[in-house]
Amino acid sequence: MDFPILSLITILPLVGAIFIFIFDNNQSENKNTIYVSLFTSFVNFFLALFLWYSFDKNTADFQFIEEANWINGFIRFKFGIDGISILFIVLTAFITPICIISCISSIKKRLKEFLIAILVLETFMIGVFCSLDLVIFYLFFEAGLIPMFLIIGIWGGPKRVYAAFKFFLFTLLGSVLMLVAIISIYWITGTTDVVQIYEIKIPVEFQYLLWLAFFSSFAVKMPMWPVHTWLPDAHVEAPTAGSVILAAILLKMAGYGFLRFSIGMFPIASEYFIPLIYTLSIIAIIYTSLVALMQEDMKKLIAYSSVAHMGFVTLGIFTFTKQGIEGSIFQMLSHGIISAALFLCVGVLYDRVHSRLINSYGGIVNILPKYAFVFAIFMLGSLGLPGTSGFIGEILVLLGTFQKSFLAAILASIGIILGAAYMLWLYKRVVFGKLEKKELLELKDLNYSETVILFSLAILTLVFGFYPNLILDTIHVSVDNLISDYQNSLILNLLK
Amino acid sequence: MAYLIILLPLLGSILGYVSKSFNEKLSEIIPTVLVILSALFSGIIFYNGITQDAYGNYVIFEWISSGNLKINWSINIDPLSSVMLVVVTFVSSLVHVYSIGYMSHDPNRPRFMSYLSLFTFSMLMLVVSDNFLQLFFGWEGVGLCSYLLIGFWYKKESANNAAIKAFLVNRVGDFGFAIGIFLIFYYFGSVNYDEVFLKAESLIDKEINFLGINLNLITLICLTLFIGAMGKSAQFLFHTWLPDAMEGPTPVSALIHAATMVTAGVFLVVRCSPLFELSQFALNIVAIVGMITALFAASVALVQNDIKKIIAYSTCSQLGYMFFAAGVGAYHVAIFHLFTHAFFKALLFLGSGSVIHAFKDEQDIRLMGGVWKKLPYTWILMLIGTLALTGFPFLSGFYSKDAIIEFAFFKNSSIGYYAMSVGIFTAFLTAIYSWRLFFKTFHGSYNNKSLPIEKTHESPAIMLTPLILLSLGALFAGYLFKEMFIGHNYLDFWNNSIFFLKETEHLHLPLWLLLITPILVTIAIPISYYLYVKNKNILDGVKLSNEPLYNFLLNKWYFDELYEFLIVKPLKQLGFFFWKKGDQNTIDRYGPDGFSRVIKFFSIKAVKFQSGFLYDYAFIMLLGLSFLLTYLIIN
Repeated sequence: MDFPILSLITILPLVGAIFIFIFDNNQSENKNTIYVSLFTSFVNFFLALFLWYSFDKNTADFQFIEEANWINGFIRFKFGIDGISILFIVLTAFITPICIISCISSIKKRLKEFLIAILVLETFMIGVFCSLDLVIFYLFFEAGLIPMFLIIGIWGGPKRVYAAFKFFLFTLLGSVLMLVAIISIYWITGTTDVVQIYEIKIPVEFQYLLWLAFFSSFAVKMPMWPVHTWLPDAHVEAPTAGSVILAAILLKMAGYGFLRFSIGMFPIASEYFIPLIYTLSIIAIIYTSLVALMQEDMKKLIAYSSVAHMGFVTLGIFTFTKQGIEGSIFQMLSHGIISAALFLCVGVLYDRVHSRLINSYGGIVNILPKYAFVFAIFMLGSLGLPGTSGFIGEILVLLGTFQKSFLAAILASIGIILGAAYMLWLYKRVVFGKLEKKELLELKDLNYSETVILFSLAILTLVFGFYPNLILDTIHVSVDNLISDYQNSLILNLLK
Repeated sequence: MAYLIILLPLLGSILGYVSKSFNEKLSEIIPTVLVILSALFSGIIFYNGITQDAYGNYVIFEWISSGNLKINWSINIDPLSSVMLVVVTFVSSLVHVYSIGYMSHDPNRPRFMSYLSLFTFSMLMLVVSDNFLQLFFGWEGVGLCSYLLIGFWYKKESANNAAIKAFLVNRVGDFGFAIGIFLIFYYFGSVNYDEVFLKAESLIDKEINFLGINLNLITLICLTLFIGAMGKSAQFLFHTWLPDAMEGPTPVSALIHAATMVTAGVFLVVRCSPLFELSQFALNIVAIVGMITALFAASVALVQNDIKKIIAYSTCSQLGYMFFAAGVGAYHVAIFHLFTHAFFKALLFLGSGSVIHAFKDEQDIRLMGGVWKKLPYTWILMLIGTLALTGFPFLSGFYSKDAIIEFAFFKNSSIGYYAMSVGIFTAFLTAIYSWRLFFKTFHGSYNNKSLPIEKTHESPAIMLTPLILLSLGALFAGYLFKEMFIGHNYLDFWNNSIFFLKETEHLHLPLWLLLITPILVTIAIPISYYLYVKNKNILDGVKLSNEPLYNFLLNKWYFDELYEFLIVKPLKQLGFFFWKKGDQNTIDRYGPDGFSRVIKFFSIKAVKFQSGFLYDYAFIMLLGLSFLLTYLIIN
């Protein structure tokens, strides 16, 4: 296809943002701003769906490739997608309009700037998933920090500055190492084009350090234990829409990065560091689940549960089995939906009561039955009940892990018990019980836009739980290809 | 038709809930009618199965496909699943009808009916699965519905806690179950029953090494699956959730916690008989756990005072019977007991619901008594249920329970003899506690001070009709289906849905064995009448002289306290420790906060250099110059 659809999808939100920035200077009247941002994000979503529809599932090659010289002969601008990245683009394009709808009523100050930040962020996020050149990837990957930093720092809660800096410090620290690694890859191979690097194959002796450099960046973004502590703070302070994007998409960049870069470029080192990844993942799953159990702040609890869920993702990716990797991708997408929904659920309460503490609620099922119903679905999805998308991801990851290490799979399964414990307990304390607190008596159930958002997410959770092949069909071939490339490199290395 | 059986309850659940906004009555009628239809279809399928061998596997659509993992949503109709279909849909439709009456004062009826139908759907999915993962779906699905229904009265703190407890204890069991599924997938390359069972024999001697210990693969698989079964069927060590689950409305207890869901564990073991048959060790464990549970639960049931809790422990104990039946290789007898038990236990629960209804939500049997003339129908129905449960000759329980004891005897091994003795002894205990319940509820003096006896009333017809149908089952199901389920030609009926390594032999039964259980359960009637109605002082004396033992039993062997102390508290403390000490005091302190502290420290120092005074700068310049000069001179 000659039409540069990937560039279009990437650039469109930015254009929308610029449009808002230039043409709408009326601070009191936000209507146009809202319409423009909704329009761009929805058009983008349909473009993404169209992209998915016209995507060829039967080839593992990159599709819709766009290339251009950027800095003469040094960096080439290169876009392209395969079965792994397409779904993340769709996810991003899906989550963004949801965020925009949700923030319309909840953001009180500087709505226009907020919408601009979100749209710019969408451009960067989609850019990450399209890039096939390390430098371009790095630019998008890092640029995404800035709008997020602003979202937390400007629209966040009382400790927002601390959280924003912590977020920035952690992520930047990892990224700097990645930048160094990218430069050295250029020295070693003479190119930053990922597809070419796959073919050239980086010499084994360089792989270990380079892998660690990439790892340090992805581990922070993921986040893996012990560099996860920025996430709960960032979530707690971020406004709802910020939390949603953070949990649903920003975290997924790291998992995607592992799949696209770490495994593809450094297969030998990836194999070598399996024990490290397993250890950290298992600790993440059990440790953070236990921490989540004791949280008093709803957002913090969900943030910690995200860390645990991401532990399953890293575990699954580094099994290098079909089930493990497909499970990981599925888990990321499913978590993108479920965690987004959970943060929205918290946001619904926060907008009404202005408290995130669990013990300021109780018995709200009595007055918010609709809310209780959707919240229940997401809670069950989060604890991995069969029939929800959460189950498919976890069970595939565990099936894959089991083929590599019994112990890891058994320990990770303990996380499933703990996951049920903290989610059920949270739900019980917030939703069930008698309605005793006075300030809760006047609450109104979900309004129209909340209902639409949350029910559409709930339906997706169930649809993917009952018919996961919608997603799995798209990724089969690419994952097969990933695994066979990986195994070939291992064999070649052994032969040497 | 098979599709309809499964989908009607789901449809009922959704439509019932949706229709509440139009008409409250409709939201009760729709689910009930649809489940009754489903029950009729199940009956037809069961009948066609017997007469025409009309069994088969219907694929709905593909569920998961990833590499060599291919799983379908499917409906597998074979003798075993058709029996379960009949039990589940039959009891479920009666409970639906009963609930219309029982819940008539509850504002949340639509939600209740919807949950009941959803439960029925999940249970059916569990039963008709042709692979382990769909089984797991149903397994967790019924767990979810159980959770929702136990916590149905969400305003009650105790109900919420009981619901969470039930879910979590089951999750621990499911953890074992999941490991079993992983093992099966890894070694068999599939999770579909057919392929797994076909391949089982070739892996019989396979050993695997885990943490330096060599284990037999089949044994390990069986034991992990059995952990799941123990959780669901509330076997010893996992039993704590079942008595607490009585916080739910009584129809729920009858359907979920007596007739269907809790028997899923037994179903699992029987379904996996091709695996269990290959591991004598695993079978012995099943038998031993079954025996311990049967005995333990009966001992606790002796002293409880809550009418529903007594029946709950009784369920636990009867499930123990089913397990040790399976453990001695008599799977068909286990299913037969499951079948008859569903009738009389549902009858007892619904009957006790009728009693509770009559006493305006009183559940303590010490506050009842003497009302048998006021509640004649309930009285006679409970009488039938009690007789059937205790195994009184020629009622349902008699055929299945005696068969278990006989097959244990035929097993002709030490484990078989133990099982037989435990079976007989527990039968005696069962008779004692059941009659205690019966006499204390209906006979003796009236003991309730807050509610005058005139105010107690018989239940409406809509509640009694299902009870009457169940009582017919309790009376005749054993006699009618005995020959088919466990008679001489049982292999024809089960038609390979249950796997027997060697056919169980029908030897000649010694006369004493034939007589001992009926005699014991019969003499238990006058004994308990004397102890609980005529002369209560004797027991009080015994109670006083054995205070520690009595408390031990009354507090259910202190399992709840033990678990709280050993598991719940340490985990919470650990979580708190990780959070405060791990995250905040270590990672953050030495990570980002430490980093910024160090930077700040140095920048504060650095600031001091820039004092703004000319002489400071001059001094430092001088200092630098002298260092430079020194360096040059030395070089």
